[in-house]
Amino acid sequence: MSARTLFDKVWAAHEVVAETPDTPAVLYIDLHLIHEVTSPQAFSLLKGLKLPVRRPDRTLATMDHSTPTSTEQVFGNVPIKVDAAAKQVRQLEQNAAEFGVELFGMHDSRRGIVHVISPELGATQPGMTIVCGDSHTSTHGAFGALAFGIGTTEVGHVFATQSLLQRKPKTFAVNVDGRLRPGVTAKDLILAVIGKIGVSGGTGHVFEYRGAAIRALSMDERMTVCNMSIEAGARAGMIAPDDITFAYLEGKPRAPQGAAWNTALARWRMLATDADAEFDAAVDIDASSLEPMITYGTNPGMVLPIGANIPDKTGDEIFDKALRYMGFHGGDAMLGKPVDVVFIGSCTNGRLADLQAAAQILKGRKVAPGVRLLIVPGSQTIKREAEAAGYAEIFKAAGADWRESGCSMCLGMNGDTVGAGQYSISTSNRNFEGRQGVGARTLLASPFTAAASAVRGRITDPREML
Amino acid sequence: MDPVSRVHSKTVVIPSSNIDTDQIIPARFLTTTTKDGLGLQLFADWRYRTDGTPNPDFALNRPEARGAQVLVAGRNFGCGSSREHAPWALLDYGFRAVVSTEIADIFRGNSLKNGLLPIVVDESTSRWLLENPGAEIDIDLNAGRLTLPTGLSIAFPIEAFARHCLLNGIDELGYLRSKIADIERYEAAQAS
Ligand code: SF4
Repeated sequence: MSARTLFDKVWAAHEVVAETPDTPAVLYIDLHLIHEVTSPQAFSLLKGLKLPVRRPDRTLATMDHSTPTSTEQVFGNVPIKVDAAAKQVRQLEQNAAEFGVELFGMHDSRRGIVHVISPELGATQPGMTIVCGDSHTSTHGAFGALAFGIGTTEVGHVFATQSLLQRKPKTFAVNVDGRLRPGVTAKDLILAVIGKIGVSGGTGHVFEYRGAAIRALSMDERMTVCNMSIEAGARAGMIAPDDITFAYLEGKPRAPQGAAWNTALARWRMLATDADAEFDAAVDIDASSLEPMITYGTNPGMVLPIGANIPDKTGDEIFDKALRYMGFHGGDAMLGKPVDVVFIGSCTNGRLADLQAAAQILKGRKVAPGVRLLIVPGSQTIKREAEAAGYAEIFKAAGADWRESGCSMCLGMNGDTVGAGQYSISTSNRNFEGRQGVGARTLLASPFTAAASAVRGRITDPREML
Repeated sequence: MDPVSRVHSKTVVIPSSNIDTDQIIPARFLTTTTKDGLGLQLFADWRYRTDGTPNPDFALNRPEARGAQVLVAGRNFGCGSSREHAPWALLDYGFRAVVSTEIADIFRGNSLKNGLLPIVVDESTSRWLLENPGAEIDIDLNAGRLTLPTGLSIAFPIEAFARHCLLNGIDELGYLRSKIADIERYEAAQAS
């Protein structure tokens, strides 16, 4: 057989029916993750057709997008602020019960952001196909899974058939050699990749992140990288599984155990791209040359090394419109600009390693007067781990607001929002207009940069504080 | 789904590139559990001022935009979140087609499944359309051609199966369910 990429191997192993010029492939889905926002209409579709969920055993549900993060609202008797959100949560509870789908509900100790909990449980595994009605499903590609976001109609298709109609995407090698320097993180790496490729450069493709810098990353860091593949327009992002992947998964509750573990391991070791396999496109990046990155505009491709000045493109109407929204000017330095809100969390940077990075900066320091620092763990498990490790105490002593898990200020659906005109440094993944609240101005950065900027109240190069 | 074969309409133009689905329908409106009525919230943060009144400068609010079924936009329309609420909102508002030089993957798939035509055109056609808001254009799905009022007609790409489903009003789920025997065989082979 000719040399194949990681993607080719996973795709081929899941083709129920191969594609033809007239018909797309029928692709089998191993794991279907669902949440409260993009599932209700799909359950309605099933009800209309009187169909069951075909494989509830391959379906996992959680609630994360519209759920509150204040402890009183999650565990106390304080009602959810947003009425419609409360209704959506109840509807997921009813649907999960009716269709026999396992749900990590509001009070479950394993609840959290869908892309955080599935790896944590060991449900995300190498070589799988994983889908969710959510574009950041690409996160799971960090394990060598083919994982991508789908719309609600397709959620219904997977419910009914455990399969999807798909055209085979093209492959794109993102080669990252060298080594990240101290203070430069996986988040900076992926922001630099998006800056280089552009927000639509990956359209129609599946990325494979390769090279020494990728191999050196922990699983938490690899998830940060794969998470933002969609921000470059890619369908998915993958990293070949290796000993770091296997060490992460071993012993996780839903990972194979005993003899099944050894069988799985032998299979997973075959997944890596063959030495002379070819990609449809490629880009090379030198990790050693990267700096901490920060966005300055209204899409993640408008990104700069933190010490740089905003480019001057006066006359480019679309560029000018983005800067007007942000209240910035061409030629401005990013360093030293004032900050109102800092958000540390999300499926991009809400894992334990991210909280550890924030704690490293915040230890023995205080949030600048007038700045609001909101820290939201990616899952309840991470919350407990961060508390056990002493990070939560550091955060509270610094003056941060430490919350229950959820998407929170990443998309501001649950009432955690940034005010109009306010500047927010956020470790999330989207700086679109209004993403964090009507009129909110979002600057994407790493947990290091976010924490350092919270302390100074201004955009700060975190390396000054490490 | 009703068959779709032709859209003949004037256009409305939003020239921005990278219009993401958060702009098409902001997240705070996603708490709905149905597909209905989302047209009211289409482009909410651009369309309405903070006091809730229409922003007269926004393309959709101009009198000449009324009744337009074709939205012409800059490059990379529909990027970002996978929310299918985006095509639902566009359709509920009355749009039947979106034209751009590039349309993001997930949005394109979601649109096709709901009968909203995602039409990708070349740079020069796009430029002409962006510069001529309100132009009466014709989109013929059967022929795979978009015709400008100048008489210029260009072919647009559309995936064969999606086109077949749209023209015949076929629901993709019906087709997928016709493959259940194959799916069962696949599952049996995996389990053994
Ligand atoms: S944290 Fe943000 S990006 Fe991630 S799933 Fe939640 S809303 Fe989506």
